[in-house]
Amino acid sequence: MEKRYTVEVDDFERAGAASISLKELLQKLGLAPETVRRIAIGTYEGEINCLIHGGGGVVIADITPHVITVRIEDHGPGIPDVEKAMQEGWSTASEEIRAKGFGAGMGLPNMKKVSDTFRIETEVGKGTTVIMGFSCV
Amino acid sequence: MITLKQAAEALNAQVACGEKLMGREVRMACGSDMMSDVLAYAKNKAVLLTGLLNIQVVRTADVSDIAAIVFVRDKHPETEVLLAAQNKDIPVLYTKCTMFEACGRLYALGLRGCTAKDAENR
Ligand SMILES: Nc1ncnc2c1ncn2[C@@H]1O[C@H](COP(=O)(O)OP(=O)(O)OP(=O)(O)O)[C@@H](O)[C@H]1O
Ligand SMILES: [Mg+2]
Repeated sequence: MEKRYTVEVDDFERAGAASISLKELLQKLGLAPETVRRIAIGTYEGEINCLIHGGGGVVIADITPHVITVRIEDHGPGIPDVEKAMQEGWSTASEEIRAKGFGAGMGLPNMKKVSDTFRIETEVGKGTTVIMGFSCV
Repeated sequence: MITLKQAAEALNAQVACGEKLMGREVRMACGSDMMSDVLAYAKNKAVLLTGLLNIQVVRTADVSDIAAIVFVRDKHPETEVLLAAQNKDIPVLYTKCTMFEACGRLYALGLRGCTAKDAENR
């Protein structure tokens, strides 16, 4: 089963709506609560990044009985130095974003931590795609 | 392990929503205005103490399976935020305590932090 959710540009009020819809769906499907939690946290971090850094995009969840794959795609500025971006505490978020409770530079490392497989495809000027895989067993 | 009811009493807190869930048991807490840190560190079933008032507090609590939200320093969010929490069965407490005072009172009741080190000392 494939589910697509749109992440609107700078719609901070709605940020997280995709992750929460996905979480509700996975709960209904009867996945283990700890797996649902990992997927929800990883997707939410990705959704917020997509919105505040990537200028909006799409979340695509591919759901099979054993593996859930979540792709978060945007056509924003891309990440010039992925290694740096993966460091805890490294962030280019604005003061405004920080005042809203984000921008600690924890998102990407956390997405890697909660997922079983993690990959970033990014090109400066073209966009960023983050792909997380979650095993359901 | 303490109940939310005990936590609410220690904080002299007003229960803004989730009165029926005050029997819920909690063991850990996380105090932060940075939702990024909550997402990275908060453990399952922890209490979240915060001074941040936006809807992302509820979304963060939802995805992190937070047991309850405590708004410190007598700050109250918009009704919409409260309704979102209620809709997700996340109890909300209002306390006049500062963040430091609220965390101290809950620590004294036996709650511990969410990092691995705090858990070790449990
Ligand atoms: N989709 C993206 N497009 C462009 N840049 C990105 C994207 N995702 C992350 N980045 C860059 O990588 C940095 C680190 O991202 P990360 O998610 O770890 O932290 P953050 O979003 O800044 O803060 P936090 O996630 O803690 O709220 C960002 O500050 C940004 O510069
Ligand atoms: Mg981030």
